[in-house]
Amino acid sequence: MKLDILYFAWVRERIGVPRETLETDAETVTDLVQELSARDERHALAFSDLRAIRVAVDQDLSDFSAPLAGAREVAFFPPMTGG
Amino acid sequence: MLAVPEIRVQHAPFDFATECAGFAAGRTDLGAVVTFCGIVRQDGAGQLQQMEIEHYPGMTERALQAIADEASARWALGACLVIHRYGVLTPGERIMMVATGAAHRADAFAAADFLMDYLKSRAPFWKRETTQHSTGWVAAKASDEAALQRW
Repeated sequence: MKLDILYFAWVRERIGVPRETLETDAETVTDLVQELSARDERHALAFSDLRAIRVAVDQDLSDFSAPLAGAREVAFFPPMTGG
Repeated sequence: MLAVPEIRVQHAPFDFATECAGFAAGRTDLGAVVTFCGIVRQDGAGQLQQMEIEHYPGMTERALQAIADEASARWALGACLVIHRYGVLTPGERIMMVATGAAHRADAFAAADFLMDYLKSRAPFWKRETTQHSTGWVAAKASDEAALQRW
């Protein structure tokens, strides 16, 4: 499956790019994080403390156990600070 | 008449007075309108040069719409407006506003309060502050997350 991965705020800065496209068989967000973390140090560092990261699957807030079947876009970012 | 929430996500400034005057104008069924405006606050030492707001285009509008729909349903709002800016802002600039209209004031106040609590920590915006000496992302506060529990 082809996934667009988006990063925002300091997650984006640590990864070094705002988005990337990945061909993956990851079944859950956790699987995807493990796959990304294994790629290089930047990803490993960005995902080193998952308590500090939130995830959205197809633009809906989600959690790390969420399945990715049928998903097209996954975004990782810090806790939000709007308002 | 139930509200169809109006959501605007934009870089451009908005005119708070004009928005307030136009909100629910002509409606005779709404006895109460509450408005809130968030402003970039200078820090205690007067060091803040700018605040940059990043957002997630697409998800931002969806999230704000969902939050406003929820508020409209819970308090039977007759009108609801959310404007939130992004990009580089300076101290004193208006960041965002909400307006709620209902038959009675309790609903309008509660819905505006709910909107503010939820869009602080459930809408995908991130603030970065730059002073003369440093720049850094604003950390989410535990109190913001805790504020959601009261709803």
